Amino acid sequence: MNIELILFIILATIAAVTSILVITRSNAVISAVFLVLNFFALAGLYLLLNAQFISVVQIIVYAGAIMVLFLFVIMLLRTDGEPRIFSDKRYIKYFALLISIFVFIQVSYLLLIGSPSKSVTGNQSASINSGTIETIGKELYTNYIIPFEVAGFLLLAATIGAIILAKKKFE
Amino acid sequence: MLSIPIEYYLILSAFMFIVGVTGVLIRRNAIVVFMCIELMLNAANLSLVAFSSYHGNPVGQIFVFFVMTVAAAEATVGLAIIIAIFRNKLTVNVDEINIFKW
Amino acid sequence: MSLLETVIFAVIKMLVIVVVMFLTVAYSVYFERKISAWAQNRMGPNRVGYRGLLQPFADVFKLLVKEDIVPDAAHKPLHTLAPFIALFVAFATYAVVPFGPSINLFGYDVKLVVADVNIGILYVLALTSLGVYGITFAGWSSGSKYSLMGGIRSSAQMISYEVSMGFSIAGVLLLSESLRPIEIVNAQYGWMWNAVLQPIGFITFVVSAFAETNRLPFDLPEAEPELVGGYHTEYSSFKFAAFFLAEYANMIIASCLIVTLYLGGWQIPYIDKLGLGETLTVILQVGAFIFKVVFMLFFFIWVRWSIPRFRYDQLMNIGWKVMFPLSLVNILWVAVLIMIFNL
Repeated sequence: MNIELILFIILATIAAVTSILVITRSNAVISAVFLVLNFFALAGLYLLLNAQFISVVQIIVYAGAIMVLFLFVIMLLRTDGEPRIFSDKRYIKYFALLISIFVFIQVSYLLLIGSPSKSVTGNQSASINSGTIETIGKELYTNYIIPFEVAGFLLLAATIGAIILAKKKFE
Repeated sequence: MLSIPIEYYLILSAFMFIVGVTGVLIRRNAIVVFMCIELMLNAANLSLVAFSSYHGNPVGQIFVFFVMTVAAAEATVGLAIIIAIFRNKLTVNVDEINIFKW
Repeated sequence: MSLLETVIFAVIKMLVIVVVMFLTVAYSVYFERKISAWAQNRMGPNRVGYRGLLQPFADVFKLLVKEDIVPDAAHKPLHTLAPFIALFVAFATYAVVPFGPSINLFGYDVKLVVADVNIGILYVLALTSLGVYGITFAGWSSGSKYSLMGGIRSSAQMISYEVSMGFSIAGVLLLSESLRPIEIVNAQYGWMWNAVLQPIGFITFVVSAFAETNRLPFDLPEAEPELVGGYHTEYSSFKFAAFFLAEYANMIIASCLIVTLYLGGWQIPYIDKLGLGETLTVILQVGAFIFKVVFMLFFFIWVRWSIPRFRYDQLMNIGWKVMFPLSLVNILWVAVLIMIFNL
């Protein structure tokens, strides 16, 4: 048992358990809290994968910005005390569960049959090098400069859209 | 590091994605449905980062960066829509938001 | 250095930092009360110990022995968790603040920073963006409308001012070309302090720091006349003490960051030209860092007693319509500096 496997098992357990808790809690605020915990576990996994930049951005963007926005909206709308959390139609619930479990088993089966780790062998130094801010920054501002600018425009459009939607009084 | 097989990450990613799908299908609170979509996006991000790291190629992580940008934009607009709907119907229950069907 | 030695030094540095932090936080409360007294022409605490020097310990002891009251409508796990988030975030940030250059101790070259990581500034930004959770959870879980109002106000305020804070830091990063705090300090050699080179960024960062730490004139999350006590209305005993300490710890960390990013960190202009001994230079530089931080703390308290509280719409207007454009202007200014002078 090496240290990487132990860390992976701990973080993966947190991620899996919190993701289930997100969809089974009746209180939206508690769901949001578990989603934040899930994002932290993911940030830890990214560190384990030598992706330090993505790991910090995960915390800044998801935990620090997006989830605060969610909490803010939940608190403003005060929708707590949902009497029945799941859909009224029971057959939808069971059907969804059945489909999900079936798809998960299918995907796991394919992964284990195909065993991608035989074709993908981790190269330690290349992996560390690809996750640094220097590498990602260089790529973003040279090869991916046009998508980067487009992403900026997307954010601007989203900001304007959100302001207009939130301000407009619907009749 | 990178001593464990990549399947572990991929199966965890698949599991989180499936949980997200289940959440979208069975939950009624629009905000929680939204959170489940974030969960699915993150599951996809995890497999992208895993592949990027095991291949030693930064492109996967750059894609994750763009996914995060889109997720942020989506969250702002989506939450604004939810606020607008709440103002109109005084509920965020997706089963009751059905003015387009009769 | 072997791994074991690195770990031992890291643990020693952590212990020293935590002990020094608790003492500084306790004494910054005393400091604030004394300066408030001076500003209002009264005595201030002077009963416990010589000139009231033991007052902070008496305060903390009083809070610890009080009854811990949890309201009936509270969500108990989150109500307990919230103060610890606030305290943890406030203390964890100190890990990357460098308080001196490296020093030669017992034959080892010791860096005077707990963790010298190459993404230090991103780490600080990540932690400050998490600080809002403590206050938001406290507001929501108390089950009281005043707490909720305080929590919502604070999350809106902190999100708004994080934007201009991040853009101000971008100007610093452009000049230092590194996210490592030690390199940022080294880049400010001599009088090339960022406060001198980019005064607009300095002002926007300081104002954002005031807003992020919920200090007057931006202390709307706990505005007494309107919100009773804001987000910690329903807290008592140790949990209240945790919020109280976190607030002062945040004030100190804000001062440390202002000094590191804009006031040259531990640098004394041209001290290496004087030909002093190496150890003496390091001691003087650490002293300079402490002096600058204490000065910034004094500035925080001074502003508190000089400027009245803003109204909420004024606060949002200043954040989005004044500070945010100014921080963008600052980035443009830094770009011009780099283009013309090749800094």
